[in-house]
Amino acid sequence: MKFIYYIEKVSGVDVYGLFSLILFLAFFTIMLIWVYKVKDKTIDELKNIPLN
Amino acid sequence: MQLEKFYYDNKIVKYFGNAMLFWGVIGMLMGLYAAIQIYLPASSFDFAPTTFGRIRPVHTNAIIFAFVGNSIFLGVYYSLQRLLKARMFSDTLSWIHFWGWQLIIVSAAVTLFLGYTTGKEYAELEWPIDIAITLVWVVFGINMFGTLIKRREKHLYVAIWFFIATWVTVAMLHIVNSFEIPVSFLKSYSWYAGVQDALVQWWYGHNAVAFFLTTPILGLMYYFLPKAANRPVYSYRLSIIHFWSLIFLYIWAGPHHLLYTALPEWAQSLGVVFSVMLIAPSWGGMLNGLFTLRGAWDKVREDPVLKFFVVAITCYGMATFEGPLLSLKSVNAIAHYTDWIVAHVHIGGLGWNGFMAFGIMYYLIPKMFDTPLYSKKLATNHFWLGTLGIVIYALPMYWAGFEQAQMWKSFTEDGVLKYKFLETVTNIVPLYITRSVGGLLYIIGVFIMIYNLIKTAKAGNFIANEAAEAAPLLKVQSQQGEYWHNVIERKPLMMLLLSLILVAIGGAIEFLPTFLVKSNIPTIESVKPYTPLELQGRDIYVREGCYTCHSQMIRPFRDEVARYGEYSKAGEFVYDHPFQWGSKRTGPDLAREGGKYPDSWHYNHMLQPTSMSPGSIMPTYSWLLDDDLDTASTPAKIRAMITLGVPYPKNYDKQANADLMKQADGIAVNLQKDKIKTPSNKEIIAVIAYLQRLGTDIKLEKKAD
Repeated sequence: MKFIYYIEKVSGVDVYGLFSLILFLAFFTIMLIWVYKVKDKTIDELKNIPLN
Repeated sequence: MQLEKFYYDNKIVKYFGNAMLFWGVIGMLMGLYAAIQIYLPASSFDFAPTTFGRIRPVHTNAIIFAFVGNSIFLGVYYSLQRLLKARMFSDTLSWIHFWGWQLIIVSAAVTLFLGYTTGKEYAELEWPIDIAITLVWVVFGINMFGTLIKRREKHLYVAIWFFIATWVTVAMLHIVNSFEIPVSFLKSYSWYAGVQDALVQWWYGHNAVAFFLTTPILGLMYYFLPKAANRPVYSYRLSIIHFWSLIFLYIWAGPHHLLYTALPEWAQSLGVVFSVMLIAPSWGGMLNGLFTLRGAWDKVREDPVLKFFVVAITCYGMATFEGPLLSLKSVNAIAHYTDWIVAHVHIGGLGWNGFMAFGIMYYLIPKMFDTPLYSKKLATNHFWLGTLGIVIYALPMYWAGFEQAQMWKSFTEDGVLKYKFLETVTNIVPLYITRSVGGLLYIIGVFIMIYNLIKTAKAGNFIANEAAEAAPLLKVQSQQGEYWHNVIERKPLMMLLLSLILVAIGGAIEFLPTFLVKSNIPTIESVKPYTPLELQGRDIYVREGCYTCHSQMIRPFRDEVARYGEYSKAGEFVYDHPFQWGSKRTGPDLAREGGKYPDSWHYNHMLQPTSMSPGSIMPTYSWLLDDDLDTASTPAKIRAMITLGVPYPKNYDKQANADLMKQADGIAVNLQKDKIKTPSNKEIIAVIAYLQRLGTDIKLEKKAD
């Protein structure tokens, strides 16, 4: 592979970086919200699976 | 609801357990041998297979893949079945997995002893074995996912996510790092070179730690600790958060192995930042484990299993605090290449991996043989012996690391280096001796355990197939307002895919720029490919594992530039397939070794290191002087290099050996001037050629200024 400036030749390449950042933030934000909102009863069921 | 009757397969678990113990003993004995060789180099008996450079990869591969590997399979095969309330998908696949893995280990041991190695740490196994690993890993995956699909428990408990993430990430790491071009049946060259190879290698290497030594064991912790303590994990919410954070962050940490090297700054910075962030999810796991025992610490007093788990999890916490600290550039400047790193590794290896494996065995064997543990007292003794062993291993290594770093960096009032390199080695020999005592204690503990477990098994009756009952799974409709993570937990394939995407992101972002962006690897005009003779010499260097003691990467520090010469530039390594920057300076850095000593010095040094360096701990390499260089392989090697993009002239493979002989004759003449008579076709000539080339390409540039 020749060493040339590949990435800057893609027009609008910034969108990949932006998309990655947004995806990352979205995933972890949604995850944290749902973890906060989940019912205790569900949690108790899940944590006792190995003991059943 | 009609309950289905089925049986858990315990036989496969027992077999993995036996394999784990067998290879564990061998791997640890290899470690002890390597540790002894450092202060008793004569114990290599002037025999190639038993030199440190060959023994060290046998030790690391045996411990990582044979000991920990079998412990993972032991724990996964036991816990997966019970968490999913289903027998393994296919008994046939279970046995192909088992025997396939053991066969891989045997071939690893044989090839590594004989010097067939890629020269990349924890990826030393040559390409046929790499292919075998891929096939067996796929078998494991099919078996695991088949079981997931036929499960009777709707929800995937946290341990299962860790197993899934482990499987997919190890597959990705292994395949990407193993891109190599075969030259012969047991020789290949890394597809990557220099800086890129270093980055791929440590992306792989650190994530071998993450996804082979950590995540599967965390999964096992989430099963076996609640079982042994008979209480659920402290916080399921925390396990969700720390799982996803861990698998996302861990991948990026690789560059922390390359701080202050020729790796581009931006990659180094990413490695630092993500390594520091990694404290959070790692400690999430540790705290979840330790808090599970809140209010139940009296059980720990009674139960050896819990004792092992507690120390294991604590060592995990220590190592995952130390790791991020070592990733800070200022700390790394001191620690890199020293025994501090060895201490860090063994806190994790002996403490986390070893003790988790032991605790699980002490839990499982009585269970599977339906009899109490033969002797709780012996198990407790093992616990204390092992813990003491860890301490006596680590403390001398910390001390040695600090001493080395401090002595390397000391200047006299006149501004010259205070200590010769050799002095920094002989100074810490007592600490090397102490360290091996620690390792010995640890191994004795393991023997006590094996005795205890054998007596337990003899007293019991093995339950090869454990009866169980559970209701079959109904096809589940997605409920209104169902918690999103529950949806993923029900869908193992989705879990697999999401995990894969997450772990791939870090790798992609860190790699692609170095492959595609020119400014990341500045080329240097005067850097030329190795001559055929030097290439052959380099392959001998790789074969003998010289990189396990010698680094080839001068960092931009005053003391290193003063001791070794101009600091290493990325462009100097563009033709190095594989890179050989090394991780440790048991011996001095060799990046600018070229031209420092006459050819005769190297000849005498290889024959008997102490003749040139009194007090040296380097083993003897006398066979290099007697064995003929294998010149028949030269054309194939040149062709492989050309395929990899190294700019040899077209059809140079036909010309190569002629040039090789000419250069070799020249060196023989040089040696003759110093009263050394040797035919020019010996391996030592090639090694001398290689060593004399190191770091000389940019010296020429400097002279032109």
